[in-house]
Amino acid sequence: MTDADPVRLYRTVRLIRRFEERAVELVHGGQIVGGIHPYLGQEGIAAGVCAALGADDVLAGTHRGHGHVLARGADPARMLAELCGRVTGLNAGRGGSMHAADLSIGVLGANAIVGASGAIITGAVWAHRRRGRDTVGVSFFGDGAVNEGMLLEAFNLAALWRVPVLFVCENNGYATTMPVAGAVAGSIAGRAAAFDIPAVQVDGQDPETVRVAASAAVDRMRAGGGPELIEARTYRFDAHHTFEHAVRLDYRPPDEVSRARARDPVRIQGERLTDTDRAAVDAEVEAILDAAVRFALNSPEPDPADALTYLYASGLTARTGGG
Amino acid sequence: MPRLSYRRALTRALADELARDEAVFLLGEDVQVGASLVTTGLAKRFGTDRIRDTPLSEQAFTSFATGAALAGLRPVIEFQIPSLLFLVFEQIVNHAHKFPLMTGGQCSVPVTYLVPGSGSRTGWAGQHSDHPYSLFAHVGVVTVVPATPADAYGLLVTAIRHDDPVVVFAPAGAMDLREDVDDLTPVPLGRGRIHRFGDDVTVVAIGHLVHDALAVAEELADQVSVEVFDPRTLYPFDIDGLTESVARTGRLVVLDDGNRSCGMAAEIIASVVERVRLLAPPRRVTRPDGAVLPFAPALDRAVQPGRDQLATAIHLTMKDGS
Ligand SMILES: Cc1ncc(C[n+]2csc(CCOP(=O)(O)OP(=O)(O)O)c2C)c(N)n1
Repeated sequence: MTDADPVRLYRTVRLIRRFEERAVELVHGGQIVGGIHPYLGQEGIAAGVCAALGADDVLAGTHRGHGHVLARGADPARMLAELCGRVTGLNAGRGGSMHAADLSIGVLGANAIVGASGAIITGAVWAHRRRGRDTVGVSFFGDGAVNEGMLLEAFNLAALWRVPVLFVCENNGYATTMPVAGAVAGSIAGRAAAFDIPAVQVDGQDPETVRVAASAAVDRMRAGGGPELIEARTYRFDAHHTFEHAVRLDYRPPDEVSRARARDPVRIQGERLTDTDRAAVDAEVEAILDAAVRFALNSPEPDPADALTYLYASGLTARTGGG
Repeated sequence: MPRLSYRRALTRALADELARDEAVFLLGEDVQVGASLVTTGLAKRFGTDRIRDTPLSEQAFTSFATGAALAGLRPVIEFQIPSLLFLVFEQIVNHAHKFPLMTGGQCSVPVTYLVPGSGSRTGWAGQHSDHPYSLFAHVGVVTVVPATPADAYGLLVTAIRHDDPVVVFAPAGAMDLREDVDDLTPVPLGRGRIHRFGDDVTVVAIGHLVHDALAVAEELADQVSVEVFDPRTLYPFDIDGLTESVARTGRLVVLDDGNRSCGMAAEIIASVVERVRLLAPPRRVTRPDGAVLPFAPALDRAVQPGRDQLATAIHLTMKDGS
């Protein structure tokens, strides 16, 4: 199942990188309102994990969710349109950056409540398995989430009921400005050990390392194993959220940032390609994003009269607020 | 037809839906033995895969149900005590309820949250006696409070078949009621029921309080002609049915087992007076503002809306409007 092609892995990290850079530009240009949580620097994790998945698998991400959705194969143009609040967006302009979802490819969505994805994915995978599919699931979350009770409850349920969920902790060292050492008693892998969930720590800056670890876990899970956990050590190159570009919070030593930036997943994976291959991918990604930006900005905005369309799947309509 | 208890009506609805649709499954704490007496016998009949005992981890199993629903199943969760809804408000409101809109209509989350024994169970004190239906109506989650065994059956069946999340409050005060029922059928959402017709005043009563309202109406029958309106679902609310009733009687009193401020009674009164010119100011009988049910039985009763208060409110409304 695993897609071990280094070119495709590079293509994914490069696509996420350029998507994020273009999205940040659109935030500064005012075309994306509300800002985004950039995934810059963490691309190797989504790319490596998703390369290990099959067509039937499901995942749920976080507020920093663009990479997960793109790595799973969502259309970058519709995703960017979603960030711009257009009707052509993945979520018809109702979700935006923090809720981008594509159920048709098993992406149950970015989720803006820290720690929320674990239990949702556990239920979804359990349901698919009950219907005889060999689905596995991935729950992405940050280091901040390992202190949320619901996530630990989800570890327990998944382990107890042997639901094959890969819990992927993207340990970028900070929860907003809170350093991991100031927040996590014990260790992240130790959280998993408490539930007899096998855990490994990997270098999240190397997409290939992540892919290998994720593939091994997915293979074991598909063969009947219960959940596993990967703690991917990473670093976000940019702000917690683009609001930081304006407020300039002071919490990360500059030399720490520049040391981390030197270990760039896009460069690390790119060096495994020939110059020709890399240039071809770069050009392809550039063209995709140029088209995506055009598509997003030329797409219509939703009609305000339809603001609460989709509120109820049952077709129930809500009373209006005015008059 | 034998007399059916409210509790058994719930069991029957669960059994019928489990039998009808493979996608339905039940999860909760001690549901296999049926600690609440509502799920009795279901595990034997449907197996422990479909009647699942969960660890004490309400937040996880509530979101687990959301995930299972996103993957095409129709979970029913039984909560042991109503106050647990405070614990899982996040999972219901931020996730189950918001998913369809936030995804732009890509999914539905058909989960039923069944809360048997909601409201005061005398002697269970502060953390077991809440009746938090107004919170769910406020956020727009379908909210159901059946008053009779037949409605308990019919509304629970409808809830399970409904494509959005539904909270079903089965009040403690109604669990032991029995009635003769000829046939059990689904009851539509958003349709109220007039239990007793009258000309002078419409009393809206919610859940088990319907029976108190009927008793008071009977008591006052030679003085006042009371109409008793049971909304059955609080969200969506049958405002058309109620408007029609109040347009005839011209007077409105609401009996609501929730706290006064921002409660259902306030919402019902506001919705009616937007549409109907009343003959007298409307009145409401509720728990006090910010009430926490005290333990001692006399104190517990003092905080719950009572028949005497309702009789007084009806008299005052008649006097004001004469
Ligand atoms: C339950 C919850 N608490 C707080 C927040 C506000 N918040 C959003 S992101 C964030 C930090 C999350 O840190 P981490 O889990 O490490 O992920 P990272 O942002 O580093 O990717 C916080 C506190 C939230 N969205 N949800």
